[in-house]
Amino acid sequence: MTDASLNAGSYNIPNQTEFDDYFALLKPRVMSLVVFTASVGMLAAPVGVHPIIAFASILFIAIGAGASGALNMWWDADIDAVMKRTAGRPIPNGKVSPHEARNLGLWLSVFSVGMLAITANFLSAGLLAFTIFFYAVIYTMWLKRWTPQNIVIGGAAGAFPPMIGWVAATGGISVEAVLMFLLIFMWTPPHFWALALFMNEDYSKAGVPMLTVTNGKKSTRLHILVYTLLLAPIAISLSFTQLGGPLYFCASLALNLWFLFGAFKLFARDETIASDENYKLERKFFFFSLVYLFMHFLALLCEAFVDFAFFSWPVVI
Amino acid sequence: MALSKSHPQHKRRQRSNIIIGALLLGFVGLVFAITVVKMSNGAMLEAFDHSYRISVTPEQND
Repeated sequence: MTDASLNAGSYNIPNQTEFDDYFALLKPRVMSLVVFTASVGMLAAPVGVHPIIAFASILFIAIGAGASGALNMWWDADIDAVMKRTAGRPIPNGKVSPHEARNLGLWLSVFSVGMLAITANFLSAGLLAFTIFFYAVIYTMWLKRWTPQNIVIGGAAGAFPPMIGWVAATGGISVEAVLMFLLIFMWTPPHFWALALFMNEDYSKAGVPMLTVTNGKKSTRLHILVYTLLLAPIAISLSFTQLGGPLYFCASLALNLWFLFGAFKLFARDETIASDENYKLERKFFFFSLVYLFMHFLALLCEAFVDFAFFSWPVVI
Repeated sequence: MALSKSHPQHKRRQRSNIIIGALLLGFVGLVFAITVVKMSNGAMLEAFDHSYRISVTPEQND
């Protein structure tokens, strides 16, 4: 039997798995956000890291995030198949089999945690392992199908990367790392609930108990406003740590005022008008929430490299 | 039936193989670079070859 005969049976299969399909399992867009926030956490730390160690650490954090994404796609394949937004993912469209996705997720988890332990330190590797466990097991397997508070608690998984970056550089957890964690943790609910407002049909069809499905859109709009109010002091308080400074303070103040204004407009909005306008404002708010987070971390990065304190800046936290 | 070289499937497989090969090579290179950084710990590496090493030779005072 030759290689040719081995191949002969499979090369006519239309859904032959390609490298890109495996890569799509790792949720590249989520990975890019993880790379950015983890890099800021690492670069803003008051400890210099060798460029090769920094690059490798960020790479393994990103692979860990990708591994949890693959495990999420494996477990949620039934939901993904029903939802319009996710129906094109590799498992629902038949490009990758569920057990392949599970195996890829498990092996990449072990690989990324082990390599981060060797490259950086055991604490950061432990945090990465906990993040993967939290996202794949606590959020995906348990919270997502059980409670409308799923993304509130599950948001912790997305909030860990800057803390892992910080720990990889410094070897310890400090108030700055906790505040960066809280910034993403409190930002996650308004971000996803805004998405749920205009994707409600998808979640409803899939039987996912999002707040919009269980409590209705009016209640969701109120929740967005409350969480945005709680988020603002946390985001601004980073200004008064070693990480912050006048540039971050001005950026954070402006972004939070804008975000709060948007949340208030969403709250005051009539559902019929929102539906008639195809949730234009909700989509805008969702898009702005991405800009909001990106700009906060960009301001932190700028503060790390340029000293904007032309006068004495109070560091009280 | 053999898979001819011009078959699109052959090209797709070749592309995947090249990407995987490049990733493996990159990983080997990265592990090598990490090892060098970890071992040198910021200082120059000096091989031991059964000869006098300047860094461990005591200074001789005249």
